[in-house]
Amino acid sequence: MNKTENKTEVIVVGAGPAGIACAITLAKAGKEVVLIERGLFAGSKNVFGGAIYTQAVKEVFPDFEKNAPLERRNIEHNYLILGEKDSTNISYRKSDNSSYSIVRAKFDRWMAEEARNAGVYIVEETVVRELIKDKNKVIGVRTELEEYYADIVVLADGVNSLLAKQIGLRKNIDTKDVALSVKEVVKLDKDTINQRFHLKDDEGSIVEIFGGPMLGMLGLGFMYTNEDCITIGLGVTLNELVEANYRPFEMLERLKQHPSIAPLVEGGTLKEYSAHLIPEGGYKKIPKLVDNGVMIVGDAAMLVNNLHWEGTNLAMISGKLAAETAIEALDCGDFSKKSLSAYPKRLQKSFVLKDMKTYKDLFDVMHQRKRAFLSYYLKKVNAFFEMFTSSDCVPKKDHYHKFIKSIFTDRKISELFKDVWAIVRLLWSILL
Amino acid sequence: MNIDDKLYTLKYSVDTKSHLNPDNEQCRLCESRCCTYICPAGVYEWNEESQSLIVNYENCLECGACRIACERKSIGWQYPKGTKGVTFKQG
Ligand SMILES: Cc1cc2nc3c(=O)[nH]c(=O)nc-3n(C[C@H](O)[C@H](O)[C@H](O)COP(=O)(O)OP(=O)(O)OC[C@H]3O[C@@H](n4cnc5c(N)ncnc54)[C@H](O)[C@@H]3O)c2cc1C
Ligand code: SF4
Ligand code: SF4
Repeated sequence: MNKTENKTEVIVVGAGPAGIACAITLAKAGKEVVLIERGLFAGSKNVFGGAIYTQAVKEVFPDFEKNAPLERRNIEHNYLILGEKDSTNISYRKSDNSSYSIVRAKFDRWMAEEARNAGVYIVEETVVRELIKDKNKVIGVRTELEEYYADIVVLADGVNSLLAKQIGLRKNIDTKDVALSVKEVVKLDKDTINQRFHLKDDEGSIVEIFGGPMLGMLGLGFMYTNEDCITIGLGVTLNELVEANYRPFEMLERLKQHPSIAPLVEGGTLKEYSAHLIPEGGYKKIPKLVDNGVMIVGDAAMLVNNLHWEGTNLAMISGKLAAETAIEALDCGDFSKKSLSAYPKRLQKSFVLKDMKTYKDLFDVMHQRKRAFLSYYLKKVNAFFEMFTSSDCVPKKDHYHKFIKSIFTDRKISELFKDVWAIVRLLWSILL
Repeated sequence: MNIDDKLYTLKYSVDTKSHLNPDNEQCRLCESRCCTYICPAGVYEWNEESQSLIVNYENCLECGACRIACERKSIGWQYPKGTKGVTFKQG
């Protein structure tokens, strides 16, 4: 076997934000990179909410605001708590934005084109089936047709990362550590969207949805505005779906029928339905990030900040930091695990692992207290406003007393203590 | 709107061979058959008569949920060939 023919300096598997950010950073430093993507084009297998975050994208594509296919600049963030028939909305609006809505099939494709122009060699419609190892170093990849060799292989193959699993860097994924998300893109004309979401021109709005069909489950819904369509979806932890015996698309139908959501999507036509997993294991489930000749970036490394719907930014920055490590390794010709462990060190210093660490206990607490925080208290928020806004000739004081009393009669005192303790513990772990 | 109408919005290039291969021996013993409801594309259906799982692999969205959720961890699960499977135009 001639290993030199198909040999390059770095192979990156997967052309999502992580892989592309990694590949273009390497190419700009004059390194030889092959980026392998299984889809017809970059983005054709990718699904997200969603919003990309300006600062992180700028770190890799400084001028993207001038050239990239962007939908709307988000100026409003809504937190919508759905009850059975009612809802409470907290809305924050600010005219200068820090994120844009985009369409992955267009945006990822644009990023890949930029990478190609910078010198990245992109191979599309090709699945990497296996990593090739020599003794204990990864030396290349086996696709359906060919073998490619490299000094370093970067795994940017997304949440399922069958490749990280193959070489033992990642364990089997637990159903508790991923959320299954379904999403619809609904076509509406631009004026209708602007009217319904109180926007003008290319302003955009984000809606994060709690409760409703996800009540009591570890799940969130979302809506984003694109130029002439809106996206609506939800993500629920997989173990909850399994236990509840729910079909995810039926939950989405129920969400769309909620009296607070229905008027927003009314009259729209379905442009595309899709589904995707979201890593949800948090800091404690981050796999080993390096081994001899190999690094893992983005969703493959479980780098997602679920509470803030951040993933693309962690993906891009991790890809960039892996590239910087690869550049040093190539310059000194050392591809060992020791040399590449500069990558996790860089990640530790960046917001990526710092944020992951901040929320390290979030999911444990939420799994334990979900009936309280994702059902009872959500209902209580709506119940409070129902009481506060009612005008029924009953003295207000009586309403207040009844409401406060209900908290102590609905739940055992011991449960209330556990709730308070959980919040204290969570805040402690987040802030300290 | 039912699932067929939803899937109708997607572009697929269908392979002649399934990339999803559950082990039917295990499926017979399986209690939850959770793949038949958690799948976002309704790919799996249980056929009582033949006591086997019907796999409508051509509708698969390639999310990977069934691989992780399978009660008996017994789905032979691969990505479709590079030229096959679903293509999202929005995503
Ligand atoms: C419903 C949903 C909503 C989200 N909303 C947001 C949001 O609003 N904002 C945000 O920042 N993040 C959001 N995220 C998270 C974000 O989408 C991910 O964190 C991000 O896409 C990760 O980038 P990545 O490059 O690591 O992986 P991906 O984007 O998944 O890319 C992986 C790539 O690898 C390819 N691939 C996989 N295996 C192989 C193989 N064997 N051979 C060749 N190619 C392969 C895939 O085709 C794909 O192109 C959301 C995610 C979901 C599912
Ligand atoms: S969950 Fe797994 S074992 Fe059970 S029926 Fe489905 S594929 Fe078969
Ligand atoms: S990968 Fe996803 S869409 Fe495909 S069969 Fe499994 S659960 Fe269904």
